[in-house]
Amino acid sequence: MSDLRELYQEVILDHSKRPRNLCHPDRANRSADGHNPLCGDRITVYLVIEDDLVRDVGFEGSGCAISTASASMMTEAIKGRSVAEVDRLFHLFHDMLTSRDAPVLPPAELDKLAVFSGVREFPVRVKCATLAWHTLRAALEDVAKTVSTE
Amino acid sequence: MSTSDRAAGLPAHDIDRVPYDVERVRADFPILSRLVHDKRLVYLDNAASTQKPRQVIERIKRFYETEYSNVHRGVHHLSQLATSAYEDARERLRAFVDAENAREIVFVRGATEAINLVAQSFARPRLSSGEEILISGMEHHANIVPWQILREQTGAQLRVVPVTDDGELDLEAFERRLGPRTALVALIHTSNALGTINPVRDLVRLAHAQGVPVLVDGAQAVAHQRVSVRELGCDFFAFSAHKMYGPSGIGALYARGELLEAMPPYQAGGEMIRSVTFERTIYNDIPHRFEAGTPNIAGAVGFAAAIDYLEQLGLERVAAWESALLAQATEALSGVSGLRIVGTARAKAPVISMTIDGVHPHDVATVLDSEGIAVRAGHHCAQPLMDRFGVPATTRASFALYNTREEIDMLVAGLQRVREVFG
Repeated sequence: MSDLRELYQEVILDHSKRPRNLCHPDRANRSADGHNPLCGDRITVYLVIEDDLVRDVGFEGSGCAISTASASMMTEAIKGRSVAEVDRLFHLFHDMLTSRDAPVLPPAELDKLAVFSGVREFPVRVKCATLAWHTLRAALEDVAKTVSTE
Repeated sequence: MSTSDRAAGLPAHDIDRVPYDVERVRADFPILSRLVHDKRLVYLDNAASTQKPRQVIERIKRFYETEYSNVHRGVHHLSQLATSAYEDARERLRAFVDAENAREIVFVRGATEAINLVAQSFARPRLSSGEEILISGMEHHANIVPWQILREQTGAQLRVVPVTDDGELDLEAFERRLGPRTALVALIHTSNALGTINPVRDLVRLAHAQGVPVLVDGAQAVAHQRVSVRELGCDFFAFSAHKMYGPSGIGALYARGELLEAMPPYQAGGEMIRSVTFERTIYNDIPHRFEAGTPNIAGAVGFAAAIDYLEQLGLERVAAWESALLAQATEALSGVSGLRIVGTARAKAPVISMTIDGVHPHDVATVLDSEGIAVRAGHHCAQPLMDRFGVPATTRASFALYNTREEIDMLVAGLQRVREVFG
């Protein structure tokens, strides 16, 4: 098995213990719920979208270390970005974890999010890492229903 | 509580006087010698499904290689061999759960299908709007959702007996909720999520005193204690082969003969009929009326082989061994800092559900897996029970007749590693 340290890198453990933007921004004008029925993880992502920009973002919920860290780092990565840029990050992140022919090195654009590349080697945990991102996408589309990973 | 409802035939401290050679038992299970992530496999996910001994695997192989044909069909030799193997298996199951007659044993895909069969064939035609089905707060989804569907179909109500902080059924509440509107009681014998063994015999008596029939979901019970449906007195008993060292995809419903006789077919097709014209079909006798289509013949044969295996080891000795493992594990895990055992009932099967402060069960299971230790993390198909204890999920270690004392030490060491990783 791949080294556990590849999965639980220090930065991931740090974000899982001290998640950033764990809040419900007052001015949120978009939100969506996400659910991973396999492990019971639940998340709500809140967005403040103005002029096609993510002015603010927060999340609430409970989950495993991977899903919490992923949500936390996602909020840091997308704040201040345009909706189009966020969409591109979603695809890069998703491909890094799920694409069969993903490059050995994650694209530079992903920046700190590259720490999640080790999750690729733990297929049952990929959904933990992508839950926040799928929920984010639903919030951007303002889909009312709960997003499920199953 | 009656002694027959306890986990083991022998108290745990007697185990050292019982010659139980676990290493010899382990040698019967080929999969136990494989490595997982270059570590020796420590399989502690037995409440989900048990591994299979060579005796079961080889019996199925031999059946396919030398006896296989369809059943109840042909006059040719192989058809007779297959039919007698299939019906012998039914008789083996009858003896195993101590039913009066093999006609009372219906082969199904598993305990889930058995419960659905009772819901649709027994309960649905009898239930009227406003009547109640009584279940417990520790049911597996398989004993919740079929009744919810029935609720939609009939307007009947679902009532739930609460669970105490220890994970036991609230017996006073059970009595209070039993009433003139109760049409059926459906209870889990042994909780897959907590290990709690419910005092089924006493509960059946209370229900029968009010004229209420009882279904028992015995999926988690049969591998760990001797079950006599006549002693329990239940009307229906559902169980699966795969949780007792048999193949997956085969199980059985025990149903009291006079009830089964009166029930309409559950599914329709071949095998379940006596004669068919376009005007009229006459259904077959029980139990065949409930076995439409070609059944899982090899599964039934493997099921019987699993029973033979368990009986040859001695269910009482197995129960005593598992009871000792449970006692050792409970004590050892209590010493892990931040670990809380969810479910501390007085009578328990060898199942330990736990939470660890600050670490999600999914992460616990991933770390343990890296050590070759297979446990289950999740809601164990018992989400209402998880809600009751205020946790989204637990980590569950469940033991079987091939687990060893050393494996418990390895589990504890693995949990220490979890603490190291998550600080």
